[in-house]
Amino acid sequence: MTEEMHGRANRWKRFSDWDERPLRLDKFAAEDAASGFAAFKSPYDPKPGFSVANGVVESMDGIAVRDFDMIDVFISRYHLDPDVAPEAMAMPSIEVARMLVDMNVPRSTLVRLAHGMTPAKLADVVAHLSSLEIAFAYSKMRARQTPGNQAHVTNAKDDPLQMAADAATAVAFGFDEIETTMRVARNSWSNAVACAVGASVGRWGTLFQCSSEEAEELKIGMAGFTSYAETVSVYGTEKSFIDGDDTPWSKAFLAAAYASRGIKMRCTSGAGSELLMGFHDRKSLLYLEARCLCLQRAMGVQGTQNGGIDGAPVTCTVPGGMRELMAENLIAVWLDLECASGNDARATESEIRVGAKILPYLIAGSDLICSGFGSILKYDNSFNASLLNGEELEDYLVLQRDFEADGGLTPVGEARVMELRTRAVDALSAVLEELGLAKPTADMKQSVIAASGSDETRTFSGRDVAMISEAIFSRSITVIDVIKALAARGFQEEAENLLKLVRLRISGDYLQTSAVIRDGRIVSAVNDPNEYQGPGTGYRLSDARREEIVAIRDVLTRGEVLRAEANFRPAEVTRIAYRPVGPATATHNPREVVIGISPAFGVKLFQTVGGHPLSAILRVLIAGITEGGCTARVVRMRHTADTSFLGLSAARLAGSGIGIGIQAKGTAVIHQKDRLPHNNLELFSNSPITKLEHYKRMGLNAAAYAQGEMPEPVIVPTRGEAMGSRYHARVSLIYAIETEMTSEGAEPEEIDIMFLGAAA
Amino acid sequence: MSDKPLSVADYPLAEKRADIVKTKAGKALDDITLEGVLSDHVRLEDLRITGRALRQQAEIATAAGRPTLASNFERGAELVDVPQDVIMRVYELLRPGRAGSKDELLAAAKEFRDVYGAAGVAAFVEEAADVYERRSLYKKRF
Repeated sequence: MTEEMHGRANRWKRFSDWDERPLRLDKFAAEDAASGFAAFKSPYDPKPGFSVANGVVESMDGIAVRDFDMIDVFISRYHLDPDVAPEAMAMPSIEVARMLVDMNVPRSTLVRLAHGMTPAKLADVVAHLSSLEIAFAYSKMRARQTPGNQAHVTNAKDDPLQMAADAATAVAFGFDEIETTMRVARNSWSNAVACAVGASVGRWGTLFQCSSEEAEELKIGMAGFTSYAETVSVYGTEKSFIDGDDTPWSKAFLAAAYASRGIKMRCTSGAGSELLMGFHDRKSLLYLEARCLCLQRAMGVQGTQNGGIDGAPVTCTVPGGMRELMAENLIAVWLDLECASGNDARATESEIRVGAKILPYLIAGSDLICSGFGSILKYDNSFNASLLNGEELEDYLVLQRDFEADGGLTPVGEARVMELRTRAVDALSAVLEELGLAKPTADMKQSVIAASGSDETRTFSGRDVAMISEAIFSRSITVIDVIKALAARGFQEEAENLLKLVRLRISGDYLQTSAVIRDGRIVSAVNDPNEYQGPGTGYRLSDARREEIVAIRDVLTRGEVLRAEANFRPAEVTRIAYRPVGPATATHNPREVVIGISPAFGVKLFQTVGGHPLSAILRVLIAGITEGGCTARVVRMRHTADTSFLGLSAARLAGSGIGIGIQAKGTAVIHQKDRLPHNNLELFSNSPITKLEHYKRMGLNAAAYAQGEMPEPVIVPTRGEAMGSRYHARVSLIYAIETEMTSEGAEPEEIDIMFLGAAA
Repeated sequence: MSDKPLSVADYPLAEKRADIVKTKAGKALDDITLEGVLSDHVRLEDLRITGRALRQQAEIATAAGRPTLASNFERGAELVDVPQDVIMRVYELLRPGRAGSKDELLAAAKEFRDVYGAAGVAAFVEEAADVYERRSLYKKRF
């Protein structure tokens, strides 16, 4: 036959397997600086440079002052410190890069230098750092010492009841800020009231923003519902800026307007935005972002939401994209800005890339690690899915525990969540009723309290929500009205909490860099500056905080495992009796197979990890041996609990020289008397997936070996389950019970087995 | 306010220097209570920041090494008493292509200076007027 007739393979099938993985949904772009697809360096990037003559700027980054665009003008006038620039610009970039990762160089020294550096210089310096060095430098340079996190709270129906419940839930998990937005723009007022009320449940101090059109957002802030804003976007090229319908001056004016209203504000910028807007000027992503960041410092905003943001997905299509996102965040904190460090727009379908993306931030810490974390389900996220979402929140809690890293969140128990969600829905319902805005039914409330996402709610229609929102706006309802409504309906604590948040405006303390509220107190870069200077300094988990982080749900303890085992006992004693009949000795019956059971087998432990009662195991093992033409004898080993030695000792006692060793957890071996301990005939190590039929065949094979045959080995098929992660904690606790019962030199004991009643 | 500028040690003012934190009507932080809200003694106007508080925060920002943030607070202080509609009108005017000519921005700057005593903001708007002219932002946008 020819090869053609066989259908010659033209592809290794592994590629087909790979085609099916979520990763292949991600699309990757070739590096192409001329088209804007270059992360760190483009041949069109300017060389760092700055010249002044007689106190007047002549050029910056190779551009003469007469050719300055708006961004250059703004940066040169408001960002660049003329007293520092000559010194900072003259330093070799590699030297500055080394200072960034040198724990002995204080943060303040580096911040001062950054204030004298041009965008091209800042980009040139951080480009010298590896991903690890960037993460380390970020940890050292971020402004506030204590890390934090921000959540998205939105839903697909713009349902205010769910908004309130989810806001309260996000607050309980420890988010320092929550951000909402709408599917339908006119619902902004309803969202604002709902989140403000929900966030006042449980504790006070979570800052809240309602992302909407610039003028509308400021109005909502003026009505007292929100406490911060972050969607004031800036761009790295003049044309993008103009297409974004703003200029550095209009945005700086808006920044001052927010300050004048006592509302915390940060700007937003991120790699890829200019690329998406079609005006990248052939510059690298990092250089454009360095311009954005210098501009933000120049505007006098306290912080930035930065790290790709909406441009993160396109940035992650180019080589070095994720490293670039880290590098731009580093420039942000180096410039002494608060950094809400992106990790929001889901840049990949690959869970591995998600985990890899978040890890440096989790261990380095950040003012707000995500901006934000989707506290709701993916489909409910009106900003689009985040890097991490409600689905994955527990994974993140576990990562905190794994790395003993403070990612800003705290595990919350089921009962507490239900309590808070109920309270939030009741509080918002009271406000809606008291203000004559709506009257939610008991069914609506119940469905929302229990719902994981809006697919499961029976709640207001889209039209109802629009009417509520319109009424709040047209009747000029303010936070004062909401506070009064809460108090009138007995929600005293929530009324107080909401008032405390609005009261922050009076002193303006929370307008300073990196301010959040912790335990009712302002914590910012002013009173909690990052003072990292190497091991033993900087942010460290306190014992109390560590205790919070490690307290995830469903953690096994020895007591619980023992209690669970004890529960199996009553049923087992009705099925089997083990009667010791004295020391076991070797026999000469060539058809005898000995089953060596472990010390706790049927004494303290009663079922295998695979869930089979030990009586059933013995029943099928004996049946297999008997059907195979041999006789079985059961011996309890007391000198060892190790599978190999159980089997070998059993084999040495058996007339046939063949023994089976089995632990209570179900791990078993077929052994032969003259073999080395760990060189057995057959091993059954995956007890969680070993079924009764396998134990039966183990008995048959043991009988076959006893008769000098070579049977087909029993294969327990595995599908690659992570057995260790599923079972090893429990197995270790169970096995310790076995080893505790061993004593050196204790003789094997012959056991009479009596099966009672029906099989399990 | 004393002549000596506030320092990092005075921060947060609400905790460390509650004595100098006052609402526009002269109320102290302790007067801003739920009882006050319920009895209408505390109104939304009492929950606003004052120009004085922003200047105090500017002093702290300066002391903390953040001069640009301080400048923003100072511009904010000048805008505290500027009505919302004026702020939104000028913000709109500062957006690209809104002002048909430099004169419109200069008029807005004059209004800030003459009506609201906001000299810093006025200069800032005048600066924008110059830059917009050089960068041809007064052309009509469709």
